[in-house]
Amino acid sequence: MKELKVDPIKNGTVIDHIPAGRVQRVLAILKPRSTDIVMMGMNFSSRAMKKKDIIKIEGRELTQNEVNSIALIAPHAKVSIIREYQVAQKSRVEIPNCIEGLVVCPNPKCITNAEPMVTIFNHNESEGRELTCQYCERVFTADEMIHI
Amino acid sequence: MKHLISMRDLSADKIVQLLELAASLEKDPSQIDLSRKVMAAMFYEASTRTRMSFESAMKRLGGEVIAMVGTSGTSVEKGETLADTAKIMARYSDIIVMRHPNEGAARYVSEQVDIPVVNAGDGANQHPTQSLLDLYTILKSQGTLEGLKLALVGDLKYGRTVHSLAYALAPFKPEFYFVSPKSLKMPSHILNDLTNKGISFREKTTIENIVPEIDIMYVTRIQRERFPDREEYEKVKNAYIINANMLKKAKDNMKVLHPLPRVNEISTDVDSTQYAYYFDQAENGVYMRQAILTTLLGEAK
Repeated sequence: MKELKVDPIKNGTVIDHIPAGRVQRVLAILKPRSTDIVMMGMNFSSRAMKKKDIIKIEGRELTQNEVNSIALIAPHAKVSIIREYQVAQKSRVEIPNCIEGLVVCPNPKCITNAEPMVTIFNHNESEGRELTCQYCERVFTADEMIHI
Repeated sequence: MKHLISMRDLSADKIVQLLELAASLEKDPSQIDLSRKVMAAMFYEASTRTRMSFESAMKRLGGEVIAMVGTSGTSVEKGETLADTAKIMARYSDIIVMRHPNEGAARYVSEQVDIPVVNAGDGANQHPTQSLLDLYTILKSQGTLEGLKLALVGDLKYGRTVHSLAYALAPFKPEFYFVSPKSLKMPSHILNDLTNKGISFREKTTIENIVPEIDIMYVTRIQRERFPDREEYEKVKNAYIINANMLKKAKDNMKVLHPLPRVNEISTDVDSTQYAYYFDQAENGVYMRQAILTTLLGEAK
């Protein structure tokens, strides 16, 4: 029998295949509520990624929008919605069309780095992993982005 | 069209409308009356040409201008945010024209106020009124924008004006020569975009051989500080100075353009030739800015 390092959950969300070392940043974006029961796993072995992190949230089903907000730092994450210990729904994360207030613009001359304001990046599915700053109009790859 | 922030926001139809209105206002400015309208010029950076061109455009249509030029002695120096300054300006005026050293500043202001905003330059990003007046100048001097042969000469790597012009002309099937020193070539992402749009271009390091072929020579300044190596600058600087002798074999319709101010990249002996058109270009800026102000103020008929 496969050894379970983290207790299974009855109802909630499991996020698997988070790059090792990024679980805390993923949680910082998802902002669990004070009533959520959260299990964090770090450095699990993975065939595809060698090492990976994992998050289980008991009692809360994350929406696709909430899940997509982690797409920049966990691009290959797999999300399972669990109901009565069974996987009810599986999905992958996708970069949303509009990313507000999550990342800093890497262009030091961008107005977002000079004024107290929220950054907005736009993304088009045809552009792969590229994002365009709504303000300075520069294009960056997801890997260049700095999370707030 | 609520604001004018970036050439990327403008459709080809809208560009044509602005070109037509500029031509019509040049012929008969009395058709529009902007009296009792106030334009606020918010210039966080020095600019004589652009600001005075806007002021002239507004005043010649009967409008008024209030101006903040530079930040010294203003509330900005006391630490006021850009959003607050803009919101106050919006209470004082009907339209904001702004220049700012930070890229995206005009877009941000346009989201903060409920009057029209015109971007008069945001860092290295956009300067759409320059691109539009360049298009108007090319149209006026050639009678068409379609299928022209243009040489863009000088600093093509950092020159915001030439990047923007290349995109603005793209819908009109131009043929480009990009003439620059090797270290100041047109960036590859722009060349890729042009290739994807089916635009033909050739890169050159000298201008002489192509002079007889071209309709427009658009010259920009090569700044010494762009060269990591002083010796390299000394080697190339004279190759990009246009003089009357170089233009002897030019076509009759060929015009030399320059966004100004020029330093020495066009010799003064070109000024008296039939090819010199950069002073007309500066004047055309007033008509194009009149068209922009009129359209955004909702006064275009």
